Amino acid sequence: MAGVRFWREFDTRYRMLATRCSQCGLVYFPPRTVCRKCRRRSVGKMEKVPLPPQGTVLSYTVVHQGLKGFDAQVPYVMAIIEFEGGVTVLGQVVDCDPEDVAIGMEVKPVFRRVREEGEAGVIHYGYKFAPPCFPVCVDESLASPE
Amino acid sequence: MDVGILSYGIWIPRHRIATEEIARVWGKDGASMAAGLGVKSKSVPTVDEDVVTMSVEAAEMALRRCHFDRADVGAIYVGSESHPYAVKPSATIVAEAIGATPDLTAADFEFACKAGTAAIQTCMGLVKAEMIKGGFAIGSDTSQGAPGDALEYSASAGAAAFLISSGPDIIARIDHTLSFTTDTPDFWRREGQRYPSHGGRFTGVPAYFKHVVTCGEKMMEAQGTSAEDYDQVVVHQPNGKFPLKAAKSLGFPREQVETGLLTPRIGNTYSGAVPLGLAAILDKAGPGDRVLVVSYGSGAGSDAFDITVTDAIADYHREGDDLVETRIAFNKFIDYATYAKYRGKILMGGGE
Repeated sequence: MAGVRFWREFDTRYRMLATRCSQCGLVYFPPRTVCRKCRRRSVGKMEKVPLPPQGTVLSYTVVHQGLKGFDAQVPYVMAIIEFEGGVTVLGQVVDCDPEDVAIGMEVKPVFRRVREEGEAGVIHYGYKFAPPCFPVCVDESLASPE
Repeated sequence: MDVGILSYGIWIPRHRIATEEIARVWGKDGASMAAGLGVKSKSVPTVDEDVVTMSVEAAEMALRRCHFDRADVGAIYVGSESHPYAVKPSATIVAEAIGATPDLTAADFEFACKAGTAAIQTCMGLVKAEMIKGGFAIGSDTSQGAPGDALEYSASAGAAAFLISSGPDIIARIDHTLSFTTDTPDFWRREGQRYPSHGGRFTGVPAYFKHVVTCGEKMMEAQGTSAEDYDQVVVHQPNGKFPLKAAKSLGFPREQVETGLLTPRIGNTYSGAVPLGLAAILDKAGPGDRVLVVSYGSGAGSDAFDITVTDAIADYHREGDDLVETRIAFNKFIDYATYAKYRGKILMGGGE
C-alpha cells in the first residue's frame, strides 16, 4: 500500500523536516539516520530540524511529457531548490508560468496535492515551491475593485 | 474572560475566470450577467489545490504571524462543503501538516457557506471553558456550480483560518455571538451528486435575507447597538448584490460594506467568504474599530459576531504576501477550456 509508505514520511513530505548531525552540523534532506561524514559517531545523535522558510532556484527544467497524473499540469517546472546551508531539494514549482522561472529566483514551500491513488484511493499531499506573490494583472479592469 | 482572534491567515488561488468568459461559452450576455450578479471574476483552484491545501496555507500564515506554540493548538475545525474526502477528515491532515498533532481534537464541519463561522463559535466555547489554550476555525471551499447554471458564475475557492484564543495578545475581541437557524431547503447537494441544486428565486427573500437580516438585527438588539456603532460590516456574499442589500436593510451604507466585500473580484468562496471578508477588514483595521459579522449557510442559518479590534493589532504583521489585497492582485486569468480542465469538468478517456 503506497498510502502507508507515504504515511511513514509525513514529517518529510508535509513539513520538510530534515536531520542535522549533532557532531558536525551537516543537514540532510531527505533525512538520514546516520551522517555520511561522522558515521558511527552520529548514530542516535541526528536531530530533526526544519529547513529555512525559503530557498532559491539552483537549476530547473520544463517538463512537457508529464508523468501519469500530471497530464493536466504540463508544461510544468521541476527545479532544484537550494536552501541556506547548502541543502538541495528537487520539487515542482507552481503558481507561475515556466517563462517566469529563473535561476536564482526566490521560492518558498507550499502545501499541495502531489498525486492520488486513483479516484477511490488515498490523496498524497506534500511540498511544492512557489514564488512570493507579485501582482500579475492581465486585465487591470477585472482586477480593480470597481 | 476575553475571547477573540489571536491571529489569522488566508489563501486565495492564483487563477481567475471572468464572468464574461463563462457567459461566452453558454451563450449569455456577459456584461449583463456580470452586472446582474455583481461578479466580474472568480478564483479558480488548480488541480493540485483543494480544501486541505488552502486550509494548511491559511493556518500556516496565521501561525507565522503570532507567537503561539503549535503544540498548544487544542482544536482544529475545518468548515467546508467541498472536503476532498467523503469519509476521512480534512482537519487531521491540516493538524499533521502544521505540526499540531497529536494532543488536540479535530473535526470537519459542514453547513453550506457558514461552516467556518460555526467553527469560530465552537472554538470560542472551548477557549472560554478553558478546555484549550487556542483552536483553529477554518473556512475553506473549492465550490462548484453545474456547468451553465447560475451558480457557475460565482462558485469559487478560498480559505481563511482564525486562531481563537484569549489573553492580552488577541488582536480582536469577540464580544458576543448568536445564531438564527431554521430548516429552509434553498440549496442542497445529495450524497453522490457532483453539483448542488438550488431553489432559484427562493434562495433570496425567504432564505438569505430572512436569516442574515434577522440575525443581524438580533445581534444589534442584544448589544443595544445600531449601524452607527460599527466601523465595518461583513455579511455573507453569494454574489455582489445580496450583501449590499442586506447591509442596507440593517442600516449600513455601502462604504461600511465595501472593505469586506470580495465576491465581485474573487466570487463566492462559500465557507471562506465571510472569514475572508473579515480578514480583509482586519488587514486595515485600527485599535478600537468595531465590526459586525453575519454569515449565512443555506439549509439554513446565520451566525453573527460583534467584534472589537484591540490595541494588539498595532504590532501585528500586516504587509506583503499576507494581505488579502495582495493575494487578490496576484492573479492570472484563464479561459473556460483551461478552467474546465482544472476543475475536472472534462470527461477523460483511457481510464486508469
